Amino acid sequence: MKNPGMKLWLVAILCLLAVPAVWAKDDIPVGAVLAVTGPASFLGGPEARSLEMLVDELNAKGGVDGAKIRLIIKDTGSSPEKAVSFAKQLIEENHVIALLGPSTSGETMALKKIAEESRTPLLSCASAEVIVDPLASYVFKVPQNDSFAAEMIFQEMNRQRIVRVALLSDNTGFGQAGKEQVEKIAPKYGIEIVDNEVYDKSATDLSAIIAKIKADPKVQAVINWSIVPAQAIVAKNMRQAGWDVPLFQSHGFANIKYAEAGGAASNGIIFPAGRLLIADLLPEGHPQKALLTKYVHDYEAKYKENASTFGGHGVDVFNILVAALKAVGPNKEKIPGAIEQLKNFPGTGGVYNFSPTDHNGLGIDAFEMMTVKDGKFVPYTR
Amino acid sequence: MTIELFIQYLFAGITYGSIYAIVAIGFNIIYNTTGIINFAQGEFVMLGGMISISLLDFMPLACAIILAVAITMVIGAFIEIVFIRWLAAPSVLRMIIITIGISILIREAALYIWGEGVRSLPYFTGSAITAVGIFGARISPQVLWVVGACGLTVLALSFFFKATPVGREMRACAANRKAAILCGINTGNMVTFSFVLSAGIGALAGCMMSPITYTQYDSGTALAIKGFTVAILGGLGNVGGAVAAGLLLGVVEAFSVSVVPLAFQDVISIAILLIILFIRPNGLFASKEAAGLRAF
Repeated sequence: MKNPGMKLWLVAILCLLAVPAVWAKDDIPVGAVLAVTGPASFLGGPEARSLEMLVDELNAKGGVDGAKIRLIIKDTGSSPEKAVSFAKQLIEENHVIALLGPSTSGETMALKKIAEESRTPLLSCASAEVIVDPLASYVFKVPQNDSFAAEMIFQEMNRQRIVRVALLSDNTGFGQAGKEQVEKIAPKYGIEIVDNEVYDKSATDLSAIIAKIKADPKVQAVINWSIVPAQAIVAKNMRQAGWDVPLFQSHGFANIKYAEAGGAASNGIIFPAGRLLIADLLPEGHPQKALLTKYVHDYEAKYKENASTFGGHGVDVFNILVAALKAVGPNKEKIPGAIEQLKNFPGTGGVYNFSPTDHNGLGIDAFEMMTVKDGKFVPYTR
Repeated sequence: MTIELFIQYLFAGITYGSIYAIVAIGFNIIYNTTGIINFAQGEFVMLGGMISISLLDFMPLACAIILAVAITMVIGAFIEIVFIRWLAAPSVLRMIIITIGISILIREAALYIWGEGVRSLPYFTGSAITAVGIFGARISPQVLWVVGACGLTVLALSFFFKATPVGREMRACAANRKAAILCGINTGNMVTFSFVLSAGIGALAGCMMSPITYTQYDSGTALAIKGFTVAILGGLGNVGGAVAAGLLLGVVEAFSVSVVPLAFQDVISIAILLIILFIRPNGLFASKEAAGLRAF
């Protein structure tokens, strides 16, 4: 083709041929308010990257019934104030059909009322139980309940005949919400908390406090509820002190970086977590297997970093929204009802069974007990 | 309290204390030559740790640490030359704001380069669970590395300031800047050199403590606050005071857990800072006259 103008015309015509498929339906605007930077970036970063990956994949396949998803991600920097202003902007200016996120419980609680008043479905990636209890008709959350993690730990303690424990927690929202649940549920399982200590989220050495609780001969095990690097330091300081009682951690430990940071001291830590960490080890035919292995593989191939359960929350909010959109279309007020109809819906966090009274949809079976062996997460077997 | 528990607390305290002291010494060196508090001091510690961890992929541990310290020193010099040196008669407040800006800049750059995850150097001796027994208490060998490195740094510094020409010129510059200029000392270079020195000391501390405390892009901030407390406690500009105050604060913090909940550990150190500021604003070890004369 000698004439360059000709080429342009051809391109223009090709574009016109390709466009009608897009024109057929309006894009569906979806907002996401996530802590992509700031102290909770280890949550919001993977969540945002997972969402971007899934949206591209879905739109390449033609979207939802021919309508593409237009995802608008706003970075809250982990601040509830920013989450509120971004949420308002997304609802009022971008007319989003639903909000995904936020990443942390504090931000989600700040948005609960806004979602209700503006009748915008909110699918949170944060775990606190107050998000869905008391129930708000437009608010859902996908991570497993803290209380289930505590119960998993206590069930295992009953099996090992452990009755007196020391509880350590960090002073983040996650640590304190967990501490509350552990204190509340312990009596139900006949477990007594004999030492109860809170450490700073930036704690760098806990050998003094470990020495203190080690000196108490009554302590048969330690529960540490935390989401900060200090949870690896707890493990190291315990083993350095030559103290070999079992160490139980929360689902906040479900980040391979922490297991690596603890080195040899991580071996034998027992903790409950979603099955994403052991996707490859699940039996064939497990309802979550296909979804988990595909997600972990795609994510790791695309972003060259380990997939985490936190990124999985991004996958779950997105898949649940898409399922609801397929059922009732882009209708803000019908989406909550459609989500409440979802039963036996496999996600990365577990198999969801929503109902008008349960906006989390997960049971205690969403968790699996795991341990660390040679720097890797493996299912815990007695 | 049993003797084992006592030793265990003592060593925990000495570990924190040595780290605080070394950060405080970094503050003091720059304070003495410029009269400012360099709020990016904690970031030098973080940079030392992070750079050595990255270099470890290409070389043995000792080389990685030496090179990381050298690179951080170059960064220290660069910061002084780019942000501080060209200012004609800057006010103290302005320079402090500049250092706060630099600390934010370094932290964000580190977040961009290394991400938000925690990293650490391997233990120099043994592994995460190795411990040596001292009077029945069990201490990680890395603690001995930290304490040893801190002690050697202090000795080397006092030798440097007392016995080398450059050290003496820096002291002259600290004691009386105008007189130092009149004696033909290039005070601008001395200021650059003080940044190089405190960057190097901070980076060394960052490497030594990385296996114990881990390194994260924002781990410098908390350290800077503690180091600042110690520098005030020991008397600003006083290196020996910084060491004594650092160890004191560390030990008080460690023993505090036996009487009050762990959550109050930081309250104690801040309370001590406030009390000192009210009662002895020149620090624990300095008289009012001595505080007027800056010396290492």
